[in-house]
Amino acid sequence: MPNMSLTKTPVAEQEPLVRNKNFQEVTLGYTPQEAMEEAQRCLHCKNRPCVEGCPVNIHIPEFIAKVAEGDFKAAYEIISDTNALPCVSGRVCPQESQCESRCVRGVKGEAVAIGRLERFVADWYLKNVVAAPQKPTQNGIRVAVVGSGPAGLTCASDLAKKGYEVTVFEAFHTAGGVLVYGIPEFRLPKAIVQSEVDKLGALGVEFRLDVVVGRTITIDELMEEGYKAVFVGSGAGLPLFMGIEGENLAGVYSANEYLTRVNLMKAYREDYDTPLRKSKAVAVVGGGNVAMDAARCAKRMGAEKVYLIYRRGEEEMPARREEIDHAKEEEIDFRLLRNPVRILGDERGRVCQIECVEMQLQAPDESGRRVPKEVPGSNFFLDVDIVIMALGTSPNPLIRSTTPGLETNRRGCLVVNEETMQTSREGIYAGGDAVTGAATVILAMGAGKKAAEAMDEYLQKQK
Amino acid sequence: MVKIVRKRELNPTVTLMEVKAPLIARKALAGQFIIFRVDEMGERVPLTISDYDREKGTVTIIFQKVGLSTQLLGDLDEGDTILDFVGPLGIPTEIPEETKKVCIVGGGVGCAIAYAQAKALFNRGVHVDVITGFRSKDIVILEEEFRAVSHHLYIMTDDGSYGEEGLVTKKLQELIDNGEGYDLVIAIGPIPMMKFVCKTTEPYNLKTIVSLNPLMIDGTGMCGCCRVTVGGQVRFACVDGPDFDGHQVDFAELMNRNAVYREEEEVEKEKHTCRMEELGKALIP
Repeated sequence: MPNMSLTKTPVAEQEPLVRNKNFQEVTLGYTPQEAMEEAQRCLHCKNRPCVEGCPVNIHIPEFIAKVAEGDFKAAYEIISDTNALPCVSGRVCPQESQCESRCVRGVKGEAVAIGRLERFVADWYLKNVVAAPQKPTQNGIRVAVVGSGPAGLTCASDLAKKGYEVTVFEAFHTAGGVLVYGIPEFRLPKAIVQSEVDKLGALGVEFRLDVVVGRTITIDELMEEGYKAVFVGSGAGLPLFMGIEGENLAGVYSANEYLTRVNLMKAYREDYDTPLRKSKAVAVVGGGNVAMDAARCAKRMGAEKVYLIYRRGEEEMPARREEIDHAKEEEIDFRLLRNPVRILGDERGRVCQIECVEMQLQAPDESGRRVPKEVPGSNFFLDVDIVIMALGTSPNPLIRSTTPGLETNRRGCLVVNEETMQTSREGIYAGGDAVTGAATVILAMGAGKKAAEAMDEYLQKQK
Repeated sequence: MVKIVRKRELNPTVTLMEVKAPLIARKALAGQFIIFRVDEMGERVPLTISDYDREKGTVTIIFQKVGLSTQLLGDLDEGDTILDFVGPLGIPTEIPEETKKVCIVGGGVGCAIAYAQAKALFNRGVHVDVITGFRSKDIVILEEEFRAVSHHLYIMTDDGSYGEEGLVTKKLQELIDNGEGYDLVIAIGPIPMMKFVCKTTEPYNLKTIVSLNPLMIDGTGMCGCCRVTVGGQVRFACVDGPDFDGHQVDFAELMNRNAVYREEEEVEKEKHTCRMEELGKALIP
């Protein structure tokens, strides 16, 4: 008998005013009882609309059926069959606009909590099953993956399962890409990312850290060394700034820098050497998930006041609903329809104020978004000592400038065949933010997966 | 992880280390840098490559123990390993083909990088004059090394205890006035020194390259921590530099940005003693 409750089984969370002072996980996850209860809300529709909405095509109703039976191990095996990083996607996927948006239960009431169930299963497995995955018999064909973010890890995992000898090259000292430098500990614990990376290691994937492809070694050199195909998942690039006065004052950070200092370099832990300015009041500029992450980190780093300045309204914010709600609960002060015009410094060249102006939304432009316009004379000042710019990124030129024949588009993103993810050069594939510009973890995973399939087909033809 | 194969104290605060890093040694060119991290808790710190040996597969760095990370690095010995060592990063120094006569100005530990430039140009057949500046005799470094790769070496000390008394700019002005006819000046050292070298050469329209040393994290363009204003444009020193046209650089802004963690650094330095004590305890059962 299905559970006909119109709402999702609630999930435990840390209290907002407790969690905004620590870096422990915000959402605590389902108990086995709650998971089984929620799993019974799935109606097991014949046409499985949810699967269509999943960029890595998880067999959703099938795994949920196993959860309902209490066979969590079987559920995990179904998920991991198509998804290399279930602990990750269960936490950071925008399920509400993907699988859950297609769920029939959502027509009247709330969709089945597919994301929460995925996370429960992945966490249960991590805690209860110690067996490392079986290393497949290797076929002797070497493949290189550039970047160890979600695209690279997924591609590496799928290729390793098919028997390829995969080497992942990472510029940083830790594997995981945006999962370790960008997404904060309280949304995605780093130990969990590491466990996913370790699983790849058990599959035979070799990780070479501290190697900057394009500098330490080029893609052509990798191919000369015997790598038969290369996947480029080098991620987002250079942070954008507004170009306003005062942006290079001491205390102005890109979100990339601020988040890297906090997450990868662990500035929040006493035992790490990473410096970060002590702050009373922070202004974060932007309206995406990265802006929410930066604001919530700043609060946890001890700022009494954290403003989020965004030039459009809440409806227009690109951030996930859940992230916006969490940020508000944690006392982030949203200043919507506001835009900075200048950052002011004290006599020592340190940020002391930000000058903003009010905005009004005009008719939509050709992209369909309403254009914000300054309200003349509405300028006002906020006292802040840190400003964090979370405005997105432009692609990193390192790979394209050191790999002859790699085609890029007007914005500098790598151009690929959307069916195969192959670039303009034979044997070189790409996916994730390097191709799309800043997007989501799951889209990057989907691209890595698609590329792995095409690379397999290509490499099998080469034999 | 890289192994330290040679360590030499050049003066009480400046240390030379040669490390085994074949991939980096294979690619390194004058002007490029590496980023190191001593241990798991450490910061990522950029250091310009001072020398490399492609056959031995080694890279040489020379650094001053100024902050916590360089102190921890300096405490390591031959045979020890550095946890992370990544590079070569940045764009190699680009010297126009037609360059005939160059004056290289090095200040303090900046001489380490100036040396890489002098060696590269000298080996290319360019006439190289070198001016090095130090506070006093006891901290003069790389004298023999510079002599081997320059036509003239002028050592300046603030107190006149060695070489000539005075600042590097005094000697540079003198050489320019003598009609040495340099095509190019390369200045590497403390920010004020680079700024005043640029001020000296600017009236003569004498092209001056400086090597900047802003704070960095990743060194690949991702974080934007190292942004500097050059000719009114914001540039990232890690991917657009670290070399820039000195006449275009906003030195005041760079100095300000580099001082952002001064107070925090003092606190961190205190930690050094504790970390060393812990290490000591771990070694002595």
